[in-house]
Amino acid sequence: MASITYGAQPGPGPNLSSQQQSYLEMVRRKRMYGGILMVIFVALMASGWMTAEMRNAGGFWNGLPQLADFPAEVLTEAWDKRAIIPALIWEHVPALIETLNIAAVSTLLGALMAMSLALLATRGLARWPRLIPLFRRSMDALRAIPEIVVALVLIFILGGGPVAAVVAIALHTGGALGKQFSEVAENADLKPVEGLASVGANWSQRMWLGIIPQVAPNWLSYALLRFEINVRASAILGFVGEGGIGHDLKLAMQWGQGRYDQVVAIFLLLFAAIVLIDQLSDHYRNKLVKGA
Amino acid sequence: MTMTALSPSLAQSVTAGFARKRRIAIAVPLVILAYLIYAAISFDLASLAQRARFDNAAILLSDFWSHKTHVTRDNRSGELTVAIEGEGKGTYPANLIPDWIVTDGDITRIDLGRGYSVTYDVAGARMIVPGYGTIDIRPVDGKPVLTAPEPIPDWISLAENKVSVTTDAGRFNYSRSKVETFKYEAGWELWFFTIDSPFFDKSFVELANLAIASPRIDPERSNFGYMVSEFWTNKMWRHGDVLWAIFETILMAFLGTMSAALISLPLGFLAARNFMPLGVFRGAVRRVFDFVRGVDGLIWTIILSRAFGPGPMTGAIAIAITDTGSFGKMFSEALENIDEKQVEGVGSTGANALQRARFGVIPQIMPVLLAQVLYYLESNTRSATVIGAIVGGGIGLLLTQAISTQKDWEEVAYYMVLIVLMVMMMDSLSGWLRRKLIKGE
Repeated sequence: MASITYGAQPGPGPNLSSQQQSYLEMVRRKRMYGGILMVIFVALMASGWMTAEMRNAGGFWNGLPQLADFPAEVLTEAWDKRAIIPALIWEHVPALIETLNIAAVSTLLGALMAMSLALLATRGLARWPRLIPLFRRSMDALRAIPEIVVALVLIFILGGGPVAAVVAIALHTGGALGKQFSEVAENADLKPVEGLASVGANWSQRMWLGIIPQVAPNWLSYALLRFEINVRASAILGFVGEGGIGHDLKLAMQWGQGRYDQVVAIFLLLFAAIVLIDQLSDHYRNKLVKGA
Repeated sequence: MTMTALSPSLAQSVTAGFARKRRIAIAVPLVILAYLIYAAISFDLASLAQRARFDNAAILLSDFWSHKTHVTRDNRSGELTVAIEGEGKGTYPANLIPDWIVTDGDITRIDLGRGYSVTYDVAGARMIVPGYGTIDIRPVDGKPVLTAPEPIPDWISLAENKVSVTTDAGRFNYSRSKVETFKYEAGWELWFFTIDSPFFDKSFVELANLAIASPRIDPERSNFGYMVSEFWTNKMWRHGDVLWAIFETILMAFLGTMSAALISLPLGFLAARNFMPLGVFRGAVRRVFDFVRGVDGLIWTIILSRAFGPGPMTGAIAIAITDTGSFGKMFSEALENIDEKQVEGVGSTGANALQRARFGVIPQIMPVLLAQVLYYLESNTRSATVIGAIVGGGIGLLLTQAISTQKDWEEVAYYMVLIVLMVMMMDSLSGWLRRKLIKGE
């Protein structure tokens, strides 16, 4: 290409050729940076895996052949007792409902908290514009605290029960959803708000009638996604702390052999619930966002 | 005529629409409220107030910002021990006992400040509470007998073999075997150096002076090096171990996220409609993604820790497997939404499939991909804390251990602060990388 533009003589386009040179130079530099980054990344990964293996109780290559042992052990026992599995599944449904309730209540409470935090932290909508940084930082802090920390401390104070998990998940949800809600609200059209202001609506009326209807589909979609995440979190918190299907799973696991039929029943129940909720929330989120 | 016939029906339908909307606007909060009431009943919220241990909350809160020193006398041998949090690691040797404790033969005087004081002597023990009087306890037949101004207030608890007094300045317990006084002071004690260290109880200026100008305490190494190693191996707070644990947690998140991204990128091509014409195969890969995601990190973690034992590698693999499912789904969706023109353009220069993917496809999906990977890296730092608690690695393990002792709350507070700092650091790091790599700022 270059030779055509320059014509027959190589001389007349020094500018162009220096441009080409600098372009090639840039490409070379970019490739070099890319290469260096690649080397650093590979080195980090390799040394990271090596460190992780070194600090692990069992090595990777020793463990790999045993990977299937535990599932096989569990499945053989469960297969022998397959006749009672449906009954066991039924037995654990209340625990699953508790886990789902924890997730749902904490998503609801978290979303309510996120709604107010998001509106208060969005430029152009905030009730007290000067306090926007305060609300933003508090959302960051809420997001940064892992659920398990709050849950374990609250279990110590409240003496167990699902409330500790609800509070822990709700606080985190408030922070995480608050950020997403506020990003949505930033793009909301301000004309309805101005219109409402002109007829003397107060702040909460302006938000409720002017902003909420605009952002509701996106907010709902984010809240549904968060519910999906919270179901998993609530199962894990049950395993580490107390309550719900996670706790049942831990008890059955601690019992070990002889209770593997229970383990399989809980696995199946949890798996089915998670997949079902994923599918439903996927479907409704698509509907909400695309309006189809 | 038709207009007039139509308009009432239009007005009607609009009014009906408004009425419906209004009904929904009332119904939705009502449904939510009803659900919350149901949940409150099923979570047994009513009995929560009775079960809640507010004294635990008080212990926890005071431990978060203060420490207590136990001054204990063994009533049988008469031996006196002064120890921070009553731990062996925090015991003061006889020559270093703080100056608010004065011992004179068998008599020990403890000044709790603000006029409160406690005296141990041969006859028993006495506590002076300003505005109340003297609480005197002497053993009769081995049992503590209390003499105090009547009526006895409720902050003095009396049992057959034990008297305990709780005041703002400190706590005082007398039992058959021992008498102890707890003095509360602000701050996390021994955070820098433990009592057995030569640098204990030195001011910052003294330490700086030691580090720069003074002769070596240990001839083998410089004072500064000695200081760092004393801090690093602090027996009370174990800074070295804690930082290793934080590093392990970040390592788990990093290895897990990056490996998941590397594995799911090629798999994403196999699950995208425009790259994998074979529907059966595509469906199979997608079902694998769904399965891996559906099984959930918790179960993967359990299965893996059986095979590989506890440790950061197990956690990293668990994160990698779970996220492979999520990434695979996202990447294949991103691949299905690319602009085919660029791929055709690259193809027209005679590029093969691999080159088309590298120069026509990857540059298009790279921003989406990087944004997701970085977001997951940040969120996995949090997950790695929880997974660490299950597989036994990283800061999650330390945290659950400290919580299960139910007394090392100052350590719990320390770990909580570190975890929050770690997550915030990863949050800003991933945000910075996102801006740098995607927007090219």
